[in-house]
Amino acid sequence: MSKGSFKNTELIEASLKKRYAKEKRFQWYGRLAVMLGFVFLFILLFDIVSKGTPAFTQKYLLVPVHFDAEVIDVSSSSTAQELRAGDYAGLAKKSMRELFPEVSGRKEKRQLYRLLSLGAEYQLQDMVMAEPSLLGESREVWLLAHSQAASYLKGQVTRDVPEEERRVKDLHMDWLDSLQQDDRTETRFNWMFFTEGDSREPELAGIRAALHGSFFTLIVTFLLAFPIGVFAAVYLEEFAPRNRITDLIEININNLAAVPSIVFGLLGLAVFINFFELPRSAPLVGGIVLSLMTLPTIIITSRAAIQAVSPSIREAAMGVGASKLQTVFHHVLPVAMPGILTGSIIGMAQALGESAPLLMIGMVAFIMDVPGGVTDPSTVLPVQVFLWADSPERGFTEKTSAAIMVLMGFLIVMNAFAIYLRKRFELK
Amino acid sequence: MQTSTVFLTLLALCLVSFFVGRQRSRMVASAAGGMQVLHSLPKHYGYMTALWAGLPALLVLVTWVGVEGSVIRGIVVSEFPVEILRLSDSEIGLYYNQLVSFAISGGDASLLDPAQVAGAEQYSALVSQSGNLKLLLVSVVAILGGALTVIRITPVLRARNSVESIFTWILFACSSIAVLTTLGIVLSVLFEAVRFFQTIPVQDFLFGLQWSPQMAIRLDQVGASGSFGFVPLLVGTLLISAVAMVIAVPVGLMSAIYLSEYASRRFRAVTKPVLEILAGVPTVVYGFFAALTVAPFIRNFGESLGLTVASESALAAGLVMGIMIIPFVMSLSDDIINAVPDSMREASLGMGATMNETIRKVLLPAALPGIVGGILLAVSRAIGETMIVVMAAGLSAKLTINPLEAVTTITVQIVTLLVGDQEFDSPKTLAAFALGLVLFFVTLLLNVVALYVVRRYREQYE
Repeated sequence: MSKGSFKNTELIEASLKKRYAKEKRFQWYGRLAVMLGFVFLFILLFDIVSKGTPAFTQKYLLVPVHFDAEVIDVSSSSTAQELRAGDYAGLAKKSMRELFPEVSGRKEKRQLYRLLSLGAEYQLQDMVMAEPSLLGESREVWLLAHSQAASYLKGQVTRDVPEEERRVKDLHMDWLDSLQQDDRTETRFNWMFFTEGDSREPELAGIRAALHGSFFTLIVTFLLAFPIGVFAAVYLEEFAPRNRITDLIEININNLAAVPSIVFGLLGLAVFINFFELPRSAPLVGGIVLSLMTLPTIIITSRAAIQAVSPSIREAAMGVGASKLQTVFHHVLPVAMPGILTGSIIGMAQALGESAPLLMIGMVAFIMDVPGGVTDPSTVLPVQVFLWADSPERGFTEKTSAAIMVLMGFLIVMNAFAIYLRKRFELK
Repeated sequence: MQTSTVFLTLLALCLVSFFVGRQRSRMVASAAGGMQVLHSLPKHYGYMTALWAGLPALLVLVTWVGVEGSVIRGIVVSEFPVEILRLSDSEIGLYYNQLVSFAISGGDASLLDPAQVAGAEQYSALVSQSGNLKLLLVSVVAILGGALTVIRITPVLRARNSVESIFTWILFACSSIAVLTTLGIVLSVLFEAVRFFQTIPVQDFLFGLQWSPQMAIRLDQVGASGSFGFVPLLVGTLLISAVAMVIAVPVGLMSAIYLSEYASRRFRAVTKPVLEILAGVPTVVYGFFAALTVAPFIRNFGESLGLTVASESALAAGLVMGIMIIPFVMSLSDDIINAVPDSMREASLGMGATMNETIRKVLLPAALPGIVGGILLAVSRAIGETMIVVMAAGLSAKLTINPLEAVTTITVQIVTLLVGDQEFDSPKTLAAFALGLVLFFVTLLLNVVALYVVRRYREQYE
C-alpha cells in the first residue's frame, strides 16, 4: 500500500464529515421550503378567517320606541301606501333622543343618530306595516347598530388609538359603554349577510345578489363548456383522422389553456358585447367567456379519461355490431364519465373563482338587486370580493373576508367532490 | 316575440318531429312486413326527422337574430329628419339609443324630440313585426324540414348512418371551437390594436418611456399628456414577476426535491395536496391578502428599518404572486425530477455519492431543461396574472427597478383603461387592446418555447 493512497483515504474520511453535514443541511433546506409553503398557506387562511369571522355576527341596540303617529306623520286611517311613506327615520332619531335625554346640541345629536344603522328605519317601517295597531304604543325594540358602533362593540376599535385617527369618537364609545352596562346591546347571527344584496352600508350588505349571479354564470358556463368540451374530446380521441387540421386543433387547445384569463375578457368585450351586442354585465356573456376559458381544461381531462378506457370495451361493442358512435356513447363515455366529471368540476371551480375577464365585460357595476335571469345585470362572488376590498370603510374589510370564506367553502366542496369521484374511479 | 320563446317553440317542434318520425317509421315497417325490414331502429328515424327539422331552422334563427338589429336600425334611421342625419355617426348613435331606451322602458316623452317619439313607435312596431316574422319563418322551416324527412322515410332509408354522420360533424364543430376562440382573440385584439396604431405610431408605443393614457380633453388641461410608451409597463411587469420568481422558484423547487427524494410516502401524500390548495385559491383572494395584509406589513417593516416603502410596492404584489406560483413550480419540477430514470440515481449513489451530491450533480443537470421550461411557464403566468396586481400594485407608470416603489403592469393598465364607460374611438380605450395584443403574444411565445422544451426533454428518457 503506497503512502499516496493512504493519504487519499484520510482525505476522504476527513471530508466525509463535511459531506454529511452538507447532506443534512440540504435536507433541512427542503424541509424549510415545504414548511414555508405551509406557513404561507396558514397565514393566508388565518388572516382571512380572523378578519372574516366578525362579519357573521351583527350588533343590535335595545331602544324604547314610542310609535307616535304624529312623528311618523301618519294616522290610524292611513292606507298602506301612506304608511310606507312615513318618516321612520324621524321616529328612530326621536327614540334615540329619548334614550339619551341628556344629549343636547345639534352636532352631538347628529353624532348620536350615527349609532343606529340606516336599516333601523326600515326595521321600524316593517314593524308598523305588519302591525298597524302598534301606532300610539310603546315598545322596546332591538334596532340594528351602525357598522362603526358595531366595530367598537366587537372590540375592533379601542380607545388606545388617538381619537382623530378613528371614525368612532369618544362620545360614541361613552354612549355604547353605558348601553352595554344597561344590557341594551345584543349579538345576533348575521342572516342578512346571506339574504341581502350589495349595499353602501357595510352592516346591510350581503352576498345574495352575488351568489345568484355566480349561480347563473356557472349554469351558463356548464351548459356550454361541458357538452362542447366532451364532444370535442370524443372527436379528437375517437374520430379525428391524423392530419394537419386535427394537429392544429390540438396545438390550439394546449395554447388556449395557457392564455392569460384577462385576454378572454378582451375577447368577450370585443366580440360578444361590441360585435354581437349582447347585454353588458350579464351572466350570459360572463358564462360564455368563462366557458371558453374552461374549455381547454375540460377537453384535456376528458381526453385523458377517454384514453384510459380499455380497448377491450370498444372492441366488444364493435364486435356485437354497434356503430362507432354507439360504441362511444353507449359504452366508452359511461365508463369515462367519472373522470370527465372530475375534470369538469375542477374546470368549474376555476370558473367560479375567476374574476379578471369579468371585469372587462362590465360585471363590476354596483348592483343591489338579485338577478332573475341570465340577461339581468349582476355580479359574481369573486367580483363582489373585489368591489368590497376596494371600499375604504372598515366594515367592508370583514365583509370581504367573510365573502372569501363563503367562496372558498364552495371551492373546497367542489374539489372534495372531484377527489371523491376520482377515488371511486380509481377503485374500478 | 322574444328570441327565447322562438327557441323554445323550435325545441318543441323538434320533439314533435322526433315522435312523428319514429311513429312513421313503425307504420312504414309494419306495412312492409314487420320491424325487421327497417334498416335502422325507429328512434333513428325519429332523430333524423328532429335533426332535419331543427338544424336548418336554427340556422335561420341565428342569422335572423344576427341581422335583425342592424336592419331595424337602418329603417328607423332612414326616417330621421335631415338635420339629424347630417350629424356625426356617434351623435346619430346617441340619438338612436335614446329612442330605443324610450321604446323599451318608457319614460318622459317630453324629454325627446317628436321625431324620436315617432321613431320609437316605429321601432316598437318593427320589433314586434320582426318577432312575429321570426316565429313564423322558423316554424315554417322546421315543419317543412321535418315533413320532407318524414315523407322520405322508407325501410331502406339509412337513418342511422345519416344521423351519425351529422353527429360526427357536430363533434367536429365542437372541437374546432378552440380554433375559433384563438382566431377570435387574435382578430378582436388585432383589429382594435390596428386602430390604435393609426393614431399612435408603433415605435412610440413599443419604445416610448412615458405612459400616461389620460387624453387631454381641453387644451390647457394639466397632467394629461396622452403618451403611450409601453416600456415602463413592461419593466413594472417584469419587476413584479421577478420578485415572484425569487420566491416561487427556490421554495417550489426545493419542496419538489424534498418531496420526491427525501420525504416518506405518507408525508408526501399528505403534503402535496395541502400545498396544492395554494394553487386553487382564487386570485382575488391573493389580491385582497396582498393589498390589506402584506403591503401594510412590508411598509411598516420597511419604515422601522428607515426605508421609504410605497404603500403599493412591487415587493408586496410580487411576494404574494410568488406564493400563488409555488405549487405550480412544485408540481412541474416534481414531474420532471420523477421522470429522471432510477438507474441514474442508483449509479450515483452506488459510487458513494450522498443524496445531496446525487441531486445536485446528477438529477438537477439531467432535469434542467425541463425545469427551465417549467419556470418559463410560471413566468408566463406571472406576466398574465391580473387580480393580484390590480388590487395590490400601483397605477403610476414609474420606470424603476426598485421593488420598494410602486409600479404598474400591463394587466393593471388593461383593466383600468377598460373598466367603466368606454368610447371605442379614443386611443385611451384602444390602447388596452394594443396591450392585450402584446400580452397575448409574449405569453404565447413563452408558452410555446416552454412546452417545446418540456416535451422535448421528456422524450429523451422514454
